[in-house]
Amino acid sequence: MGLVSAPVDEPSDTPSSADAERPQRGGPPPTSVGPGEEAYLGTLGFLEESPENKRRARNIGIAYLVAAVVCLVVFARGDGGVSTFGISDDSSFSVAGIPLAWFTAVTLAALGGAQIMRGTGKWTAAAASVAAILFVFTFMAWAAAGQSFSLTGTLQDALKAATPLVLGALAGIMCERSGIINIAIEGLLLSGAFTSALVGSLTNIWIGIVAAMIASCLLALLLAWLAIRFSVDQVIAGFAINFFVLGLTSFLDSRVLTRNPDYNSVKTIGDIEVPILSDIPFIGPILFEQSFYVYTALALVGIIGWALFRTKWGLRTRAVGEHPQAAGTLGVNVIRRRYYNLAMAGAIAGFGGSWWTADVGRFNENITNGRGFIALAVVIVGRWNPFGALLAALLFGFADALALKFSFLGTGIPSEFLEMAPFLVTLVVVASFGRGARPPKALGQPYEQQ
Amino acid sequence: MELELRGITKRFPGVVANDDVNLTVRTGEVLALVGENGAGKSTLMNIMYGLYHADEGEIVVDGTPQTFASPGDAIAAGIGMVHQHFMLVPVFTVAENVVLGVEPTGFLGRIERDEAHRQVAEISAQYGLDLDPEALVETLPVGIQQRIEILKVLFRNAEIVVFDEPTAVLTPQEIEEFFNIVDALKAAGKGIVFITHKLKEALRIADRISVLRRGKTVGSADPKEINEVQLAEMMVGRPVQLVVEKEHAEPGPATLSVDDLHVVTPEGRSVLDHISFDVRAGEIVGVAGVQGNGQTELVEALTGLRDPVSGTVTIDGSDITTATPREVHDARIAHIPEDRQRSGLVGAFSVAENMVLTSYASEPFSSGFLMNWSKAREVAAELVEQYDVRTPSIDTPASNLSGGNQQKVIVARELSRELRAVIASQPTRGVDVGSIEYIHAQIVKARDEGVAVLVVSTELDEVMALADRVVVMYRGRIVANLRRDETDHSEVGLFMAGAKEQQPA
Ligand SMILES: Nc1ncnc2c1ncn2[C@@H]1O[C@H](COP(=O)(O)OP(=O)(O)OP(=O)(O)O)[C@@H](O)[C@H]1O
Ligand SMILES: [Mg+2]
Repeated sequence: MGLVSAPVDEPSDTPSSADAERPQRGGPPPTSVGPGEEAYLGTLGFLEESPENKRRARNIGIAYLVAAVVCLVVFARGDGGVSTFGISDDSSFSVAGIPLAWFTAVTLAALGGAQIMRGTGKWTAAAASVAAILFVFTFMAWAAAGQSFSLTGTLQDALKAATPLVLGALAGIMCERSGIINIAIEGLLLSGAFTSALVGSLTNIWIGIVAAMIASCLLALLLAWLAIRFSVDQVIAGFAINFFVLGLTSFLDSRVLTRNPDYNSVKTIGDIEVPILSDIPFIGPILFEQSFYVYTALALVGIIGWALFRTKWGLRTRAVGEHPQAAGTLGVNVIRRRYYNLAMAGAIAGFGGSWWTADVGRFNENITNGRGFIALAVVIVGRWNPFGALLAALLFGFADALALKFSFLGTGIPSEFLEMAPFLVTLVVVASFGRGARPPKALGQPYEQQ
Repeated sequence: MELELRGITKRFPGVVANDDVNLTVRTGEVLALVGENGAGKSTLMNIMYGLYHADEGEIVVDGTPQTFASPGDAIAAGIGMVHQHFMLVPVFTVAENVVLGVEPTGFLGRIERDEAHRQVAEISAQYGLDLDPEALVETLPVGIQQRIEILKVLFRNAEIVVFDEPTAVLTPQEIEEFFNIVDALKAAGKGIVFITHKLKEALRIADRISVLRRGKTVGSADPKEINEVQLAEMMVGRPVQLVVEKEHAEPGPATLSVDDLHVVTPEGRSVLDHISFDVRAGEIVGVAGVQGNGQTELVEALTGLRDPVSGTVTIDGSDITTATPREVHDARIAHIPEDRQRSGLVGAFSVAENMVLTSYASEPFSSGFLMNWSKAREVAAELVEQYDVRTPSIDTPASNLSGGNQQKVIVARELSRELRAVIASQPTRGVDVGSIEYIHAQIVKARDEGVAVLVVSTELDEVMALADRVVVMYRGRIVANLRRDETDHSEVGLFMAGAKEQQPA
């Protein structure tokens, strides 16, 4: 089983001449004076390892070694049972936990050693992904030892749990790409959940969803108004909105909803099985036996991802978030763009909030339970890119689904710890991948129009 | 087209930036606009471009009065502006920056990228701008970025193009290329307004020169009938010394020593290749070189902003190679940074706060935890007076000052301490002739008091005027270390171009 050793063999830091040429695109460099000069790129003619990169390689290496120790100390000491992973109704495979833990530990240690000795290279990210998957799988085998575990079901749940995160993150991206910090995703989701439950109970879920979009849209416009008109610190304004929504919905929940159960009972929206596609083994049930929220969220990722980088709207939005003065001096109305984007962001978040109502059919106090803050992390880890956010959200959704599964399996892991897991994953992932993320330049800065 | 500004008055809190100014620009001519820092040049142009609104007066285009509510209106009227600080989105491509606001679009607002690239390439070729539409702006040198700004203006069919201090950030070679572009624009029938502090440039390229002083038009001149000295006097209102007056240097022992310094960027480029030199007490060493040959990195390494891979920097024998900027400051080394927008000033802070920005934590401005604000204000007021910083008050936010006055705040703060060494990068960028005279005199005065001075400037004239010794950088190396009195402009020029290298002595 030499499947993970491949990346290590790759040359780590071969100087690539293509890399060295890159910065000088765009006509002849005007700084040149001598005959046939190229842009000046370093006297030694090849790329060297900078101190920062060395430090980074060392830190990553140490992280690998720590993970290897965890494997040995925790996972290799399980009760030795074999865990069974179900792929579909009639097929499954089994894994022996202890040999797998040993294998993982050795692989991680080798990767760590290579990382420390050879520095960072092209293969760093690939190796990290392989290592992470292997580690998580080992953890699953350990936790599910002696039991059987439905892989398909877990992945299906992961996508489902990722949906409100994706929608919240899309709202965050809309907002932040135009230069306004959105800490209020949590509040916008919560107001969507409440409004859809209340209005949905009085009418039907579809009207409830529209009402949720309108309510969160108005809240987002409030944020925009505070940030733009009064230059209120955007982080503070966002938090204020979160507290306001949490307080108001909790109050109304206890005063209105609990006293009138009729006001808090909505017919849920069931899953839609896509014909033919849902029959594909393994992938079918994961992707095509989901609710319309999943399909809509995926479509929105595609649409917004395309629009942000291909359309006039996207170009102006990014310009306003990066360098509003540049946009302003070209006659782009910076302030109007920000209001528009926040309104759209609010509507998306409101729709995201109605996911809870459509799922469980009612509102509970603080039903979003911090998912808006995870969505904020998703924005950062996904680097303000809808497709990146989708991947990040799936990661958190997977952590969520896994925690849920294990609490059913009764693995002996305390349930408090399992509930904490998604947040713990957030912390680790943001700490390791949030590093190089570059937010829009003008994020959080008020724009002054003369 | 003829554009006329009639009786323009613009007031800011505490100042009248423009006071009944009249100015006419016609297509097919180059009008140079000169004046001291804070004279109101940028303000006037911003009014013409619809960014500011005049309190009084009117803008008349071909005989019809117009109101410009926003730049959009000015653009529609055929006016374009290249700002003092470039207005480019660094993460966008050249084409994206150019089409922003007037995008060619198709179905669902999709940007016709090929069409945009084609149009950009076409105009670029027409005026000899030589731009690659697909290049990412942040990877391009300043000279090219400026051409993007020009292309932006041309793309919008501007008839009159305003350039606010276009040459301040350019290297001599880039300036030549810029002048060629201006000639091409003029030949194509565009009208050009050109703001500059380099009077030689105004005399060379303008058809007409207008002079502003303290918000008022003080007159106009014909470049054929006036010389630099007369123009400087007209601008400042008193005779100005255009050459630096200094005695022969009497250097002492080495104060600032750089030994075998090797710096590599995070991307792995080697930008300083084992550099060694000394700056002695009472000596001004000028670093000459085409921009981008390691000068920026040298200054960053010296001032604690960048850690070298190997080599040492010492001041009077004590090692400051890995010192933080704070420790460098405490070692009594002054730093005048090259980019005042990015480092050097906190725009939202007042002039007074900026004046004590680097020494707030030490005597006499604070004792224990408390700031002695009255002392700080007193010192700030004195410096404002001495350096002739034109500001309504010392409580005005620094970002409201004109470009040159911001620079003067930094220079005043850095040179007013008790010092062992000064590291000055482009110390007079964007500063008017009267203030250059004063800043240069202060640098020479520091030298005479025994301070070691390192002046980095892409302007060869400035290096040659100030330096006692000239160090030439080329591709991250020092290719020459010469005594000023044993060399001249043309020899240094050859070293800068890499056409010549000094044999190690
Ligand atoms: N936004 C603003 N708020 C307040 N005062 C301002 C503002 N912009 C400019 N001023 C003031 O108006 C006056 C003229 O400034 P302006 O920028 O037009 O000068 P300038 O001639 O361009 O000078 P420089 O050559 O230094 O660029 C200055 O006193 C400046 O402090
Ligand atoms: Mg100006």
